[in-house]
Amino acid sequence: MKKLILALTALGIVALMIWGFYQAIYVAPAEATMGDIARIFYYHVPHGMLCYLFFTINFVASILVLAWRRSNPARALSADAWALAGAEVGVVFCTVVLVTGPLWGRPVWGIWWTWDARLTTTLILWLIYVSYLLVRRFASGSETQALAAVLAVFGALDMPINYLANRIWRTQHPSPVFGGDPDAGLKDPRMLHAFGWNVLAWAVWGLAIFAIRVYVERRQQTIESAEAEAALAAD
Amino acid sequence: MSQARTEPSWTGLVWVHLRKDLRIEWRSREAINSMLFFALLVVVLFSMAFDPTADTSREIAGGVLCVATLFASVSALNQAWAREIRHQVLDALRMTPSGGAAMFLAKVLANFFFVSIVQCVLGPIFFIFYNLHPLGDVWQLALVIPMGTWALVSNGTFFAALSIRSRNRELLLPLILFPIFLPALLAMVLSVKTILTGDGSDPTLMWIKVLGCYDIIFTTVSLLLFDTVIEAE
Repeated sequence: MKKLILALTALGIVALMIWGFYQAIYVAPAEATMGDIARIFYYHVPHGMLCYLFFTINFVASILVLAWRRSNPARALSADAWALAGAEVGVVFCTVVLVTGPLWGRPVWGIWWTWDARLTTTLILWLIYVSYLLVRRFASGSETQALAAVLAVFGALDMPINYLANRIWRTQHPSPVFGGDPDAGLKDPRMLHAFGWNVLAWAVWGLAIFAIRVYVERRQQTIESAEAEAALAAD
Repeated sequence: MSQARTEPSWTGLVWVHLRKDLRIEWRSREAINSMLFFALLVVVLFSMAFDPTADTSREIAGGVLCVATLFASVSALNQAWAREIRHQVLDALRMTPSGGAAMFLAKVLANFFFVSIVQCVLGPIFFIFYNLHPLGDVWQLALVIPMGTWALVSNGTFFAALSIRSRNRELLLPLILFPIFLPALLAMVLSVKTILTGDGSDPTLMWIKVLGCYDIIFTTVSLLLFDTVIEAE
């Protein structure tokens, strides 16, 4: 029964992603000035939004690790699994943003990359969370949780700067499509649908990967604590 | 008799820690000497690698100075905590009732002082090697460079303490510090460049304000979280 539900969920996610792809590539009309290349928008922007979501999960979970570290170590351990999974999935999404951006920039701007505020802060965001993952690899022992959580707080400080970058400064990066200028936004409803379906599809996909990652990490933690207890009992 | 003694004030605690750090450095002069020589080498390396003319040197000088300071201070910042590890000094300090924040602030002040000395010595050499002739308001440098140095030293001291008990701590510190420090580096380099070239590209002094905000936010967060870092077990 459990296997059937899992299989159906996986199938549903794949179907949703195929539907999103169909909407973005075949249903939505080509953009007036940029043509087909603008379709990358349906991947670039949802991934950007979702990478904020996963980094926020990482931030909240890290605060909980710091709060529960002394009072409730078992809960802190589970929050730590959430923080790790959030950072890992967030880095993947942020990587997609950083790859799709230049792919669009090359034909439209004529250059792959420019050091404007939005692009630079996104790259910094990615670098900070990669360094977060490195700390988790390098720092050994029980203090890793607390140290990684502290670093996550610093990483989260870059998120609002990144979000506001093309709202405060005049950047080469296009101004925000949603929540910015009242003139901005997707004018054709088919474009809006394609965008909405892709946000949903990638969100569900990302959350599924996130859930699997949390599950694996919790199993790993159980194994490690069992090994530690066995080692203590052997003494 | 001894019960009559009052609790020392927080600034008093910072002062005690600071005096200790300054005295250690005064006796060994390890940090300043190594930083100074290292930064000098970086400046020489860059001037040979780029062989800049007067115009380009104005453009790149700010960046070279910042990067030279950055590389030099990373080695010293690691040492600042590594010498507390020897003879379990760090454990002893943690057992004192003074709290981590005072220890952290004193360490930052001491390191800030060392790095500033290095910059004071390096500054004139720098102007000679790069034939610098600044065109903007030079007095602003006296504001920008200490602010950038504070951002570097405050974050550097914090993350050096964070990475001190990990394996490969020498490797870990730059890996964490550089990404976090990047916004401050950018603000510092752009303001120094505006001052040296005098091109008036930043009339509202926006980058100096960004640097100021960065200093305030990151120093506050570091002070709040330092107890967690030092007591992580």
